[in-house]
Amino acid sequence: MKKKPTLVVQSGTTFGTFVGVLIGLAWIFPFYWAMNTALSVDTDTIKMPPNWFPTPMVLDSFKYVLDNTPIVLWYINSVVTSLVVVVIVLLITMTGAYALSQINFPFKKTLFITFLAGFMIPAATNVVPLFMFMNQLNMVNTYWGLILPQLVSPIAIIIYKQFFDQMPGELTDAARIDGAGEIRILFRIFLPLNWGITWALAIVLFIWTWNNFFWPFIVMSSTPKMTIPIGITQVTSWYGIAYGRIMASAVLAALPMAIVYVIFQRKVSEGVAMTAGIKG
Amino acid sequence: MATRIMKKRYPHWKTALLLLTPFTLVYVLFLIYPTARVLYLSFTDSDIAGIGTFIGGDNYVKLITDKLFWGSLGNTVYFILLTVVPNTAAGLLIALLLDKMKRFRSFAQVLFFLPYILPVSVVTQIWLWVLNTNYGIYNFLLGNHINWFKSVATAMPAVALVTIWWTVGFNILLFIAGLKAIPKEMYEAAALDGVDKGFRVFRHITWPLLWPVTSLVLLLQLIAQWQIFNQVYLLTNGGPFNKTIVVLQYMYVQAFQNGHGGYASTISMALFVIILITSLIQLRFLSLRGNS
Repeated sequence: MKKKPTLVVQSGTTFGTFVGVLIGLAWIFPFYWAMNTALSVDTDTIKMPPNWFPTPMVLDSFKYVLDNTPIVLWYINSVVTSLVVVVIVLLITMTGAYALSQINFPFKKTLFITFLAGFMIPAATNVVPLFMFMNQLNMVNTYWGLILPQLVSPIAIIIYKQFFDQMPGELTDAARIDGAGEIRILFRIFLPLNWGITWALAIVLFIWTWNNFFWPFIVMSSTPKMTIPIGITQVTSWYGIAYGRIMASAVLAALPMAIVYVIFQRKVSEGVAMTAGIKG
Repeated sequence: MATRIMKKRYPHWKTALLLLTPFTLVYVLFLIYPTARVLYLSFTDSDIAGIGTFIGGDNYVKLITDKLFWGSLGNTVYFILLTVVPNTAAGLLIALLLDKMKRFRSFAQVLFFLPYILPVSVVTQIWLWVLNTNYGIYNFLLGNHINWFKSVATAMPAVALVTIWWTVGFNILLFIAGLKAIPKEMYEAAALDGVDKGFRVFRHITWPLLWPVTSLVLLLQLIAQWQIFNQVYLLTNGGPFNKTIVVLQYMYVQAFQNGHGGYASTISMALFVIILITSLIQLRFLSLRGNS
């Protein structure tokens, strides 16, 4: 019997296509409207009835935001912290998971259960002591103050362990007989065979860190040191009611993630499903 | 001697130690230690710098009689009622709809998923604009001037709406994965038994087989929504008249605006316990339903 794992691919109807596209476009309409406002001249943004398409289409609002706010600094802060978080998290979870999965040592199970339990601790309820801790280390308003608390990722070590557990045992045994050290086995055999999940994890972690609001909002109070999501909340009060500029900053803040998503669409879906507990 | 036994039974234990130390260090310093310190701080009159003295259960007594805390808890529950089930239902309906599409399926999925990858502040800026009282496009279309985020009746439902718009793509993604995992044979077998009408197929095949995913979606959302803060802070800032202030926001106000690190930790502990209990009850309830 032939196995068909996917559900009725041809079962769709033209009517379904029509309704789906229609609702999808309606769903994304607020985003379209933000672009429309950002590309309009100021007086057109509050015109009634409104223009459904920017006429004339101008880049004035974008230019204003780029010239008059530290948005470039915010981009840099976001890029630096997100990249550092992703690289460190991947390194420490990959190495930790390899040890948990492939090496025997005492209290291994206890340690893994402790990590699993950490998965249930909501990060948000820890911000008060984390802030005090960072304050004691003089790290409030610094990159490290922003980065360090975001390095805890029990989900990443759990996922890596699951994947490493599925690797054939003969692989490790053979490599050990050939005299390869554990670290060499990890980086020369395990990592190349798990590039797929490493990429998916990297992209999802990057999006999470980039979008993270609560901790960066608490630890970074100095405007030039903010990340993009925190920074753009500052501009509203500077502009007053200049909706075109507010929408231009929102669109500029949205662009990097939108681009990442469009390029890595499949990896994003895979990573999100994986971290949610479903094998993508 | 001990080392020799270790070496014999666990030839690579030193490497394991080396490989696990970085993660364990981060884990202890930034997860275990803060969790333990929240518990300790909740019994102190500490300020936001962490300086204060042990005062026993005074904060907990205060919490029980704190009207604003109970108000924030009530608002959080209201928010949960407005989001968890509706967002799950919306995710399921849209996933089923996507499944009925002949073409452009992944295009439509991108449209629904795109908001999910945007920073929360982008989402709230956009919605503050499209729901603007005087110039918002939706008020224009409705021919109305509703002050969505500032009137008592609409503020929390509007925050819930924005939340669903922002996050439904995540639910859709999980439901699509769940639908794909249902073997086609199930539908063929059902058709042979005469179950081939849309709703009956859904009720007898799709829904029960999808239940593990549905329960996961419900659980993930419930745990996430107990910790609601960002959207509320950015859209209504707890107003009007504290009608939308939520627990985490009340903790934030006590800690970072009033400087009461100790009392804020007590609020954190309450939230922590609620989330823990919810996940345990929910897990149990959901697995019972799943078995029957």
